[in-house]
Amino acid sequence: MPVYSEKVMQHFMNPHNVGEIADADGIGEIGNPVCGDMMTFYIKVKDNRLEDVKYKTFGCGAAIAVSSMVSDMVKGKTLEEALTVTPTMVAKELEGLPKNKFHCSNLGAQALRKAIRNYAIKNKIDIPGLTDQEEPEEEDEHACET
Amino acid sequence: MDNVAATPLLPEVREAMMPFLQETFGNPQSLHSWGDGARDALEKAREQVATLIGGGAEEVFFTSSGTESNNMAIKGMAKARADKGKHIIISAIEHFSVMNSARTLEKEGFEVTVVPVNNYGLVDPDEVARNVRKDTVLVSIMHANGEVGTIEPIAEIAKRLSKDGPAFHTDAVVSAGNIPINVKELGVHALSLAGNQFYGPRGSAAIWVKRGTRILPLMDGGIQEGGRRPGTEDVPAIVGLGKAAEIAKTAIPEKSSKFIRLRDLLIEGVLSKVEHSMLTGHPTQRLPNYASFCLRFVEGEGMLMLLDSHGIAAASGSACTSRALKASHVLLAMGISHEVSQGSMLFTMGLDNTQEDVAYVVEKLPQVVDRLRQMSPLYSKFIKEQKG
Repeated sequence: MPVYSEKVMQHFMNPHNVGEIADADGIGEIGNPVCGDMMTFYIKVKDNRLEDVKYKTFGCGAAIAVSSMVSDMVKGKTLEEALTVTPTMVAKELEGLPKNKFHCSNLGAQALRKAIRNYAIKNKIDIPGLTDQEEPEEEDEHACET
Repeated sequence: MDNVAATPLLPEVREAMMPFLQETFGNPQSLHSWGDGARDALEKAREQVATLIGGGAEEVFFTSSGTESNNMAIKGMAKARADKGKHIIISAIEHFSVMNSARTLEKEGFEVTVVPVNNYGLVDPDEVARNVRKDTVLVSIMHANGEVGTIEPIAEIAKRLSKDGPAFHTDAVVSAGNIPINVKELGVHALSLAGNQFYGPRGSAAIWVKRGTRILPLMDGGIQEGGRRPGTEDVPAIVGLGKAAEIAKTAIPEKSSKFIRLRDLLIEGVLSKVEHSMLTGHPTQRLPNYASFCLRFVEGEGMLMLLDSHGIAAASGSACTSRALKASHVLLAMGISHEVSQGSMLFTMGLDNTQEDVAYVVEKLPQVVDRLRQMSPLYSKFIKEQKG
């Protein structure tokens, strides 16, 4: 089994904010089962803030811990603030991720970004930090590579 | 229940090894009484290993691992026949040591045909025969698979190979010492085995090569092991291997019936308690201590981590659990999708496992799976589609 940090183990054994939001304002899905990791993030937005964040994750221990950590990091934040969260920041908060798992499991920030973009498109609004860091829409195939 | 990864050393095996780690430190090649003692021990072990597989003692060569035995078989036998042709046949579910040895030969100008397996992981003997050409010099098909436990029809394949045809090797690393093996009945020219799969020491292994079969050594050196495997012999490991082989030979019948009972309890329990689960490998033509599954909508590593928290050790062929982060080539070759292969779970029982252990796994595994499914987007999608 991989050697995970204590923080990763805590979040894996007891993940926060797991679930779906039935009337979500935005949904973001990333990954595919071929790579091994899939995440779907659900957000509820009120007054430009992430009132609620939930997710469902299929994948290794790290992927589950990443989802839990991202939800903790952005809940209650403004959309602009949430968009500043990067995979590197998530890994740091988790006290590190195994090198070979950094890319494949660390998809939480991207999934969240997709959910916010989904919200922005639905509501036809511009959010600074969203358009200037446009990411390719297609699934990130690099997630499969090591 | 992860006994394919490592089996504990039997106390009797350790005891047999101790004198050679302590007082009897002679080199078997030395012509004095210390050397004699080591040489006798070596030849006794050779006899014990030969007896386990029904071969001649002079046909057994000691190596350091199943991997080395397989490398020696593939490279050593193919190269020894390169004058006759450069085509070899392996199956799609071979161990990496066979697969990668074949790949190395490919780079050296050999041609490799990989025969497929069916959904149970079985090789079709006719398919092997169909692929034999005039220039085929080696066929290597494993005796049993280490991920799903399927036992291959080796004797049937041997029958379809002509006497003056290719040499036939079988990798019996996971099966030797666990099920009865007789090299004459199998009809092979070479067979690999390893002591750490049947309660012998790690670093103890052997290759049996039928008399008259040409094989080149992997390493150049002296006269040890008839020149086929030079290097000073690891006498304690070899003595341990011999003792483990001797014990295994008599223990197999009892061990098998115990394992089969526990295995079938576990298989029945898991399949009935975990929805959307399937057995991997052949239902009956499988190793006695192997219970392997694919459990849909969940991923292996998460399961292993949660099982570990309940004190249960198992293994998985999921991409996330492999160092290379690649799905198991065995499961993919059996027609299992990437997605389903992620939920691979393997339990291999050992001598210490009891019916209570099986009951405990059957109790905990469904909870673990359920917990992960509650957070699996694949599962919620599936449930929604079913309702819709």
